[in-house]
Amino acid sequence: MRHSLTQQDHFGFIDEYAKREVRRATLKAICIPGYQVPYSSREMPMGRGFGTGGLQLTLSMIGPTDTLKVIDQGSDESVNAENIKGFVQQVCSGVHVTNKATEASIVQTRHRIPEAPMSEGQILVFQVPYPDSLVVVEASESKRRVMHSEADYAKLWVKLYEDIVRYGEITISHRYPTEIHGGYVIDPSPIPRYDTARLHQSPVIHLFGAGREKKIYAVPPYTDAKPLAFEDHAFRVESFLDQDGEQASCSVCGAKGVYFDEHYTDDGVVQYKCSDTDFCLQNLTNQKNGQ
Amino acid sequence: MANKVLEVNNVKKVYGSECPDCLQSTGPEHASNICPSCGSIVALGGVSFDLHANECLGIVGESGSGKSTLVKSLYFDQSVTSGKAWFTDQQGERIDLFAQHAAQQRWLRNNRLGMVYQNPHIGLNFDFTVGGNIAERLLMGGSRNYAKIRSSVQSYLEKVEIPLARMDDMPADFSGGMQQRVQIAKALVTKPSLLFLDEVTTGLDLSVQARILDLILQLRYDLDVAMIVVTHDLGVVRLLADRTIVMKNGQVVEGGLTDQVLHDPQHKYTQRLISSEL
Repeated sequence: MRHSLTQQDHFGFIDEYAKREVRRATLKAICIPGYQVPYSSREMPMGRGFGTGGLQLTLSMIGPTDTLKVIDQGSDESVNAENIKGFVQQVCSGVHVTNKATEASIVQTRHRIPEAPMSEGQILVFQVPYPDSLVVVEASESKRRVMHSEADYAKLWVKLYEDIVRYGEITISHRYPTEIHGGYVIDPSPIPRYDTARLHQSPVIHLFGAGREKKIYAVPPYTDAKPLAFEDHAFRVESFLDQDGEQASCSVCGAKGVYFDEHYTDDGVVQYKCSDTDFCLQNLTNQKNGQ
Repeated sequence: MANKVLEVNNVKKVYGSECPDCLQSTGPEHASNICPSCGSIVALGGVSFDLHANECLGIVGESGSGKSTLVKSLYFDQSVTSGKAWFTDQQGERIDLFAQHAAQQRWLRNNRLGMVYQNPHIGLNFDFTVGGNIAERLLMGGSRNYAKIRSSVQSYLEKVEIPLARMDDMPADFSGGMQQRVQIAKALVTKPSLLFLDEVTTGLDLSVQARILDLILQLRYDLDVAMIVVTHDLGVVRLLADRTIVMKNGQVVEGGLTDQVLHDPQHKYTQRLISSEL
């Protein structure tokens, strides 16, 4: 039966016991950087795969004085982002929502880190479809757990080795395996390489919630996050070049050196636009105001 | 005599509940390794032997005698019920094998020991290329330089006579003999001081068997590695092993220099084995 929200619904939708459990798992995840903490992921009034893990993290932490930003692949206006924002506003009275990353105390995100530099005290909550970096090389979860506990990532390294053999470089575009604090190797959710590099020594608390897979893990502030790479094949982020081979700029705001979405015009020309819509809009506003 | 690489002392492996009668009521003299009191299977009933540096020890016996259980226990594929095994590595450190925790055992497997299985599907990962399989051992050991890894892989594939043009092919595309040679390269690429060979030539045709055995012999002298060769083929131990122990029903019935064991067998079972009366 479809759940209808009522006045009797608890602040933050999930009950206090469930919130405490998520918080305990979160604290453990922060204490053991990169370790996947199992938790009893609750049913949410949205389908698994639509951000239920991230949402449970957000709802377990959020309070009336918090300000929330939700983005979906950099966009504040996508259906997923709007739905989650709307839901949180319904079940968390008093919570403010914003599009500005710098104003938000909690940013729930799907597949991007906001372009605007974030600061200490802010929390970035990732919606994670596949939490385990080893799932691409080992199907059995019990074996994966042993491999993680023994830091046995050789099979993952073989995958990188074979990528170089076949293509001359490592071709993983997103979910790039990243070693956290010299220990566990995480799947940093499907963020692009550009964002993977930004996890390193970031002042923000990064929390990763996988609702379907029932796992929470974290990259605490000022923690080493090292994407796996060979000594002679360094990790590199995406490069966006225009037709002249120069660094591309956003076709809307003119920004350079940020992560772009790629568009093709009717005559087949590639155009780039900032993936982070709020960042792009701020740039335009600043330009109009002459800043 | 050179230093001991391995000292195995009174190793037991019992499948089942184990009772006080298990050891007394099983073994060659009882012609069974099933305890009549509790029904437990005594796979290893107190096996002891030493292995010296650069030495090749043959372990022969019929199917079910416990020879594979013994090497699989020493390679941590199986746990033992009791007993000790001391391994001395290249640096002279003496390691109590069965007292190591899982991560230490894995480290030893990857860096100090090597194993070639009878079945390549156990020894090789068929989802990776041949080169990737060999590289995996180096990556487990912490190598992170692609060019050096590639070069080591090539060098060991050359040693086992695999054409380099095929190093990026999948193992499934290789013949049985080639898969065994890839296993040997994989086992040796980390320069272990002790190599286990578990029925490496079983199931291969005679010409391929001969090539594999020649290769092992050559590598043994080139790489100065101690070996334990498990086989039921007496020709294999005659060619490879300096010393041989004979196992039956989980116990060692006879041991000595290979020539001595093969030409002047003392135990009745060994005599029957050699005269192929079995």
